[in-house]
Formats: sequence, C-alpha cells, structure tokens
Amino acid sequence: MSVKVLYFASLRETLGYSHETLTLPAAVATLGDLRSHLAKRGGVWESLGEGRNVRAAINQEMVGPEVAVADRDEVAFFPPVTGG
Amino acid sequence: MSVSVQEADFDVGVETNALSAGRLDVGAVATFVGLVRADKLSGEGSEVSAMTLEHYPGMTEKSLETIVAEATTRWRLQGVRVIHRFGRLMPGDRIVFVGVASAHRGDAFAACEFVMDYLKTRAPFWKKEDTPEGGRWVDARDADDSAAARWEE
Repeated sequence: MSVKVLYFASLRETLGYSHETLTLPAAVATLGDLRSHLAKRGGVWESLGEGRNVRAAINQEMVGPEVAVADRDEVAFFPPVTGG
Repeated sequence: MSVSVQEADFDVGVETNALSAGRLDVGAVATFVGLVRADKLSGEGSEVSAMTLEHYPGMTEKSLETIVAEATTRWRLQGVRVIHRFGRLMPGDRIVFVGVASAHRGDAFAACEFVMDYLKTRAPFWKKEDTPEGGRWVDARDADDSAAARWEE
C-alpha cells in the first residue's frame, strides 16, 4: 500500500518535509499506526509521537487515529489549526 | 452559499450587500470581520509586525463548505458567504469575512457565530507571527475548542 503524506505549519518546519510518498508495511492499517510508524524514525520524527498535539486528515477530512488508511490515500499531519 | 480562500483583500460593503441583493425575503444580514491585531509580544515592548497565514489548499475550501452546509441544516438561511485570506498580512488587515442572510436576526446572529466557532477549530489555517527574533507559530487556544463545543448537544 502506498500513500501520500503531507505536513503543514510548524510540523513541516520541524520535520523538514512538506510531503512524501510512502510504501507502508502490512502492519500499518490505521492512521494511528501510520503516525507511530513515522515517529519510530526517531529524532525530529518523535514530534509525531504519542501525547504530542498533532491533528490529522485523510483525503482532506479531519479524522481520528482509528480510521483505516487505504492505498493511494492522501494523509496529512498538522498542529491544531489557528485560522480566523 | 459561497466560500472563497484567497490572498486578495475583500470589500466588506460589496460582500454584505450581495447577501440581500435582488431579494425581498431577507430580513437580516449578520456579518463578522476578523482583523490582524498588533499584539504586544510577551515580555517585550515590540509588537507583532506582520503575520503569514498558511493553509492546506483543497482541504481548506472543503472544510469551509462543510461548515456552511452544517449551518444551513441548523438554521433557516437565505445566504452564507465566507472569505478567508492566506499569505502575508499586516496589522489592521482583514483576515476573514462571514456573512449570513436570513429572514430574522436570531438565525443570522447564531449561524454567523457558529460558522466562526467551527472555522476556528476545523479549517486548516495556521498563523505565523513575525517577531524581532524571527517567525513564531501561534498556539491554538483552548477557548476556541470550548467555543466550538457549545454547539454540540
């Protein structure tokens, strides 16, 4: 399974990436799995780790960690929004 | 019902008038305009000199349309207009416009506030302030979460 992952705002700056395309191991089934998978890269990627205030969207809709990730999904991670 | 995400400024008068132009069933138009404040930076004499608004193109429009659609199911509305700017903005600049047209003021006031409260917690925009020490991302406020939560019953 392959997904496109986008990063925004302070998270994009911390990670040094705005987007990447990832081939996921079979063990990654949900958004939460994907987040832990990325956090395991260590270093700056730990900012995606458990307890960090990170929001996420799948195909441009904000969803929770229990939602399944599917092939070719567009996944985004970002800090809580501050518009308006 | 219309949503715009743009770099350009907007004309509050034009947008407000458009909400009732050519129709006789609108009895109330409520509008909200959000502006960049020149806040004092904590512990210093200097003020925010500019800010940059980042957004998630595509999702931004989608989320605003979802919020507007939700408002139209909760209240009887004749029109809703939302404009949110992105890019570099200076103190005093307009950031956001929400205008709601309805037969009566109750629906217009409530829907206008609802759209702003939801926008604050659901639309993917992020503010970065310019400070003498460089850019600083604005932290999300708990008060915004509670403001949005009061519409959920």
